[in-house]
Amino acid sequence: MHHLNRRQLLGSSAVALVLMSPLAHAAIIKGGLPWKPGSADPPTQVKPGGWHYFTQQEAATVEAFVDRLIPPDPQTPGGKDIGCAVFIDRQLAGPNGRNENFYMAGPFQQGTKQQGPQSPLTTAQQYRKALAALNEACGGRYGGKVFADLSDDQKDEVIAGLENGSFKLDGFDGQSFFSLILTDTRNGFLADPIYGGNKDMAAWKMIGFPGTHYDYRDWIDRHNERVTLPTVSIASHPNWSQ
Amino acid sequence: MAHRLPRKDAVIVGLGWTGSILAHELTEAGLDVVALERGPWRDTATDFPISYAQDELRYRLQHQLFLQPAQMSVTFRNNASQTALPVRNWGAFMLGNGVGGGGLHWNAETFRFLPTDFTARSHLTQRYGEKFLPEDMTIQDWGITFEDLEPHYDDFEYLCGTSGTAGNVNGKIQDGGNPFEGARSRPYPTPPQKQGYGHTLFAEAAKQLGYKPYPQPSGNLSQPYTNPLGVTLGQCTFCGFCEWFGCANYSKATPQTTILPVLLRNPNFEARTECEVMRVNLDNTGKRATGVTYVNSSGEEFEQPADLVLLCAFQLFNVQLLLLSGIGTPYDPRTGQGQIGRNFTHQTMSTAVGFFDKAKYNFNPFIASGAIGMCIDEFNGDNFDHGPLGFVGGGYIGQVRTNGRPLESISVPPGTPAWGAKWKQALRDNYLSSVICGGACHASFYSYRDVCLDLDPTYKDRFGRPLMRMTIDLHENELKMSAFLTDKYAEILQQMGAKQVVKQPRKGPYDVTDYQTSHLCGGAIMGENPGNSALNRYLQSWDVPNLFVQGSTAFPQNAGYNPTGTVAALAFWSAKAIRSQYLKNPGPLVHA
Repeated sequence: MHHLNRRQLLGSSAVALVLMSPLAHAAIIKGGLPWKPGSADPPTQVKPGGWHYFTQQEAATVEAFVDRLIPPDPQTPGGKDIGCAVFIDRQLAGPNGRNENFYMAGPFQQGTKQQGPQSPLTTAQQYRKALAALNEACGGRYGGKVFADLSDDQKDEVIAGLENGSFKLDGFDGQSFFSLILTDTRNGFLADPIYGGNKDMAAWKMIGFPGTHYDYRDWIDRHNERVTLPTVSIASHPNWSQ
Repeated sequence: MAHRLPRKDAVIVGLGWTGSILAHELTEAGLDVVALERGPWRDTATDFPISYAQDELRYRLQHQLFLQPAQMSVTFRNNASQTALPVRNWGAFMLGNGVGGGGLHWNAETFRFLPTDFTARSHLTQRYGEKFLPEDMTIQDWGITFEDLEPHYDDFEYLCGTSGTAGNVNGKIQDGGNPFEGARSRPYPTPPQKQGYGHTLFAEAAKQLGYKPYPQPSGNLSQPYTNPLGVTLGQCTFCGFCEWFGCANYSKATPQTTILPVLLRNPNFEARTECEVMRVNLDNTGKRATGVTYVNSSGEEFEQPADLVLLCAFQLFNVQLLLLSGIGTPYDPRTGQGQIGRNFTHQTMSTAVGFFDKAKYNFNPFIASGAIGMCIDEFNGDNFDHGPLGFVGGGYIGQVRTNGRPLESISVPPGTPAWGAKWKQALRDNYLSSVICGGACHASFYSYRDVCLDLDPTYKDRFGRPLMRMTIDLHENELKMSAFLTDKYAEILQQMGAKQVVKQPRKGPYDVTDYQTSHLCGGAIMGENPGNSALNRYLQSWDVPNLFVQGSTAFPQNAGYNPTGTVAALAFWSAKAIRSQYLKNPGPLVHA
């Protein structure tokens, strides 16, 4: 039996997501469990370098923003170095950025908070619009400077103002944008590194989450003990070569 | 123009738990059965192998094993004065899709309802008087008893290999089990799962406060098990990626790990995936189903004739199909007339967060299964005197924390900023030493006149059919109950040694963006006569006798437990009636 190692499995081209099926039109299944080799669908490792969705200025804005949301400290990198902007960029460039899984039919109208987001814009479009409005608003408040060129204190002022609604953006709701980028930044921080953030599993190491171990039977009874297993992720384990 | 296919004895809509149970029962009875599933085939090796199953972003946040709203969604409003708007991305609930349905990615918490849950109205009225119940509360008796279902709870637990400690065997109370449970005929098939630190500490604290904690009954097995069909499950390894995820270990009871390997070998059975049923077809009397019409993934329409039609889709979609097919009368909350769409309920969830001294407590939250945990039932159902409290209903309270997945485990003390260095430090300081448990207070959601389902007037699915419209809000009764239960849970967290407890009781208005289990119920309820129900005690439609509607659709109200155990027990009960009575003499099984 041919054993694929993990690298080979992950290196093979990933099939497109969700609504596609390896079997066209309808699978008629009878007489046994169906199985077709090569039909697994592992995630594809995001490779840093370049931007797939953001323009240079958008990328610079987002890198600056995520680095204030999660600032660097001596133990753990901040949002920028840990890859949060890369994570967001790759998500926006893909089907999630296009909201392919959302119900996107109209008519569109704002409802109550309990009815949830009702925007006709995709998430990718929202970022584009909001980032432009953000830089414009900063220019107005801070003598022509874009967000990325502000001092850290000024950036924090802006972010706090977006959060509490006092810093207004033209044509976009600042509080909605703050919520969106905060969620995406946290996702980039703490998701599996295969998606471009959480570089070297630094965020998992920070909190003490050992990652993608599957078997804790030797640990379930060891109450109140620190787990000494190495931190691992979908694509990395200390025993595997790069 | 639909292509007409050769007739089958039975057509099953939806191949989740109830579809799989019914398909197996009916093929065993010799019927030629086809199951139509609108999602894809799913199985362990292809869809959730161990190499990438533990992906929180993909499977929890982006819910890739679930129905996507682009394929089918619902609209929501709190009350009739609002315009219902689409749920554009899931929040309050997440709906299964694909073979296995919700049963593939559930966390396998496997409960039985209490005996008094089945006679809720008559029991509560007798004990507290009719005036004690809110005037607009529409709870009903089910038309069956716990004793009717007991052998079928047993069927499901032995199918799954459920791990637990019995509390009451044939009337004899057992140490370590739930002393409040209805009498069961025999113990669980496998012993309870081992418990983690937080779960164990909770149980100790609960005992100190005078409660009787019991291990949560778990379909994540404590040891390998071969079920009566001959299918073998493995031992759960506490991977902490249970609910939302597929199990790579074959240790979570799902249709895939308990029934499908046997079902698919039966030559009488055929599954067709990526086929969406458009409607149930009726003859010109309107009282007999002739089969269903469905569309495959290239848009071709087919008519599948069958003698027996079983709706085994998720609750919301069973109701949708009934409405789209013109079966029964749609419910009108203004007049109170019509059965289809009424008594729609969810689950009343609340919790409290416990922050502990990180120098002394390390809970290793990532070591867990989906149904691990220790629970108390002192405040479930009518196990306690509601007289002085001014509400009815209740729920189990438990330390049933299922995971330490990083994005779901962000827990910082009140007053911590949402971002910046202080947030980062608080995350660092509290991840291992806080107790967060979304399912801690898992309580009933009783039914009300103004909480209902109907077809949306504006928003359509990709076929142009109206989406289901949910009109739902929380009522005073449930809010009072939630505050009470949350207080009790908080007391136990204090007793455990928490330095700070932050209570999070359920508050209104009902928020469709806030996850509160996928335990949606009702809409085509079972009951004793067609004047107050859509289905009889065997889940047979009063209107169309060769149509049976499975699932939590049948619940007149939801009780203080996860519903799947009861959903499956009802499926076995209904299947038995079909096999032993209906097939011999097709027609109404109950004459009311």
